[in-house]
Amino acid sequence: MTTTTGTGTSPRALARQRRRASVARFWRQYRAERAGLYGLTALALCALLALFAPLFVGSDVSSVTDAPGRPMQSPSAEFPLGTDQFGRDLLGLVVWGSRVSLLVGLLAAVLSVAIGTLIGVTAGHFRGWYATVMMRITDWFLVMPTLVLAIALATVMSRSLTTTVVAIGVTTWPTTARLVRAQTLAVETRPYIERARALGGGHWHIMSRHVLPNVMPLVLAQTTLIISSAILAEATLAFLGLGDPTVVSWGGLLQDAREAGAVSAGDWWYLVPPGIAIAVVALAFTLCGRAVESVLNPRLGVSR
Amino acid sequence: MTADATPALAEDKHTAAGPRVRKGSAYPRYLAGKVAGAAVSLLAVLVTSFFLFRLIPGDPVKTMTGGRQVSAEQLAAYREEFGLDLPLWRQFTDYCGKALTGDFGTSYQFRAPVVDKITEALPNTLLLTGTAFVLYTALGIFLGTRSAWRHGKLGDRVNTGLALTLYSIPSFWLGLLLIIVLSVGIGPIPGMFPTGGMESGGKEGFAYVLDVAHHLVLPVVTLVAVEYGQTLLVTRSALLDEMGSDYLTTARAKGLRDDLVRRRHAVPNALLPTVTLIFINLGRTVAGVILVETVFSWPGLGGLFYQALSVPDLPLVQGLFFVFAAAVIVMNTLADLVYPLLDPRVAR
Repeated sequence: MTTTTGTGTSPRALARQRRRASVARFWRQYRAERAGLYGLTALALCALLALFAPLFVGSDVSSVTDAPGRPMQSPSAEFPLGTDQFGRDLLGLVVWGSRVSLLVGLLAAVLSVAIGTLIGVTAGHFRGWYATVMMRITDWFLVMPTLVLAIALATVMSRSLTTTVVAIGVTTWPTTARLVRAQTLAVETRPYIERARALGGGHWHIMSRHVLPNVMPLVLAQTTLIISSAILAEATLAFLGLGDPTVVSWGGLLQDAREAGAVSAGDWWYLVPPGIAIAVVALAFTLCGRAVESVLNPRLGVSR
Repeated sequence: MTADATPALAEDKHTAAGPRVRKGSAYPRYLAGKVAGAAVSLLAVLVTSFFLFRLIPGDPVKTMTGGRQVSAEQLAAYREEFGLDLPLWRQFTDYCGKALTGDFGTSYQFRAPVVDKITEALPNTLLLTGTAFVLYTALGIFLGTRSAWRHGKLGDRVNTGLALTLYSIPSFWLGLLLIIVLSVGIGPIPGMFPTGGMESGGKEGFAYVLDVAHHLVLPVVTLVAVEYGQTLLVTRSALLDEMGSDYLTTARAKGLRDDLVRRRHAVPNALLPTVTLIFINLGRTVAGVILVETVFSWPGLGGLFYQALSVPDLPLVQGLFFVFAAAVIVMNTLADLVYPLLDPRVAR
């Protein structure tokens, strides 16, 4: 497949060039989506904050034993967001929590989309009983209440970040599988697939070199959207006490707040920041995902 | 979920136009197929609930006793009580047999049959969910229609933006904030609503109904706020799909008022895909209910689930898991059954 063409440029270079051009075109169209740009900016800021968090807050921020303040102080110059029931600085905790929330959200979404893509592409490529069985399983997962299943999984496994990632990842893949399968079916009817097959391309070759590059844009949009629900799901699991109790996350902070009686005491300043953080990040990912989707699928462009 | 609603729409059309149309079968056959499919799904849920809570690493008895000091005899007694001393296949057949007769075992925490706890809590959940469901569906369809009809205008952007924002807010957080602001009260705002529960007690007749309604306000507001966005977006994109249709141009050419074109022509057609999606999205509502009931100490299935999780009370978790999954499957099947009555093209 890799013989050089008559013009002297190798097909590989040609493909790379074409890919670069399409990325540039994508970016040009994406820039026109105002909401998508807001989302992207917010995400960049959050990502920077999470990456460089160790520069502003020490890793001992979650230490209960040598907390800097008195318990449950309201916001002041020293502690801009107040302190929690152990006297820990809430601003530091919220900043530190972004690391876990973003990491778990990303990993869970990657796992979910990876499963979905694998099942979607294979079910679209191999027809017959394999596809039937896979799509039955997918449909079944699709009607299951995702969170209930995730909760059940998290309950029976040990409390750790891996558990949270797995519980979210293995329950949210069906929508991706459906979408990817539909796209695979569409791609496989194109003549170049037939050509590849006629030239002796095997299943693996066709799926990895021809189908996968064509479903990737869809997968990208789907990942962005799933990250947003994965972050919400992580917060939910942590809030229900099913997260890793040793790490600081936004959902975990809300659970701490509730257990410390912040609600009945009316200590709104304890509850507001972690919730806003979750909402901002989830909204940012949703906006980006919708923007990517409307660029890729102009039919949906109107519904932006 | 918001944005994948639209691709799901396209996907739905693919499948709806697939084998059913080709077979040329009529409604009874379609009905039988759907009901059989639901029965298989329910059976799969039953099997999952068994293996999920039994085969995953760890001794269920150890989990049940939650690290407390328990003697070997007590462990053996627990094993016998929960039938864990039997071989796995016997446990499985026992479980399925009992579950089919409505017996999900004994709650470890309450020492009462799981079924009793569930039937006790069910009406409360139905009251909360039913009220919220009616309100958020109506609100979502109403605002979604407005939004699509004037798409791109300021009103549409505000509507969609607000829906997306509320959709990104964790429901439990919104609930907690509403409690702080409206129940506990901050600053000049007095506490107007109860902080939780379903009744204050000691009331009868009409006063009791009013009291329950008073307790119902905040949980319903929370659920509606986080759920209506989805219905709005689904309705909006379904209506946008119809907007370019020729029959709308015809209706306008006849001289019908804009309002009539929308209500009589566009909306009924746009509602078809919306109906299915509303029911498919019920799974999300179940999740919302669990959280909202937990936050507002509402004595329903969701609150019970949370209590069962914190122990963890496996028989109760297992029973509730089945009920939640079954509820969604049954609702989805109902939607499938109603759909051909609304759109005769489907079952033909």
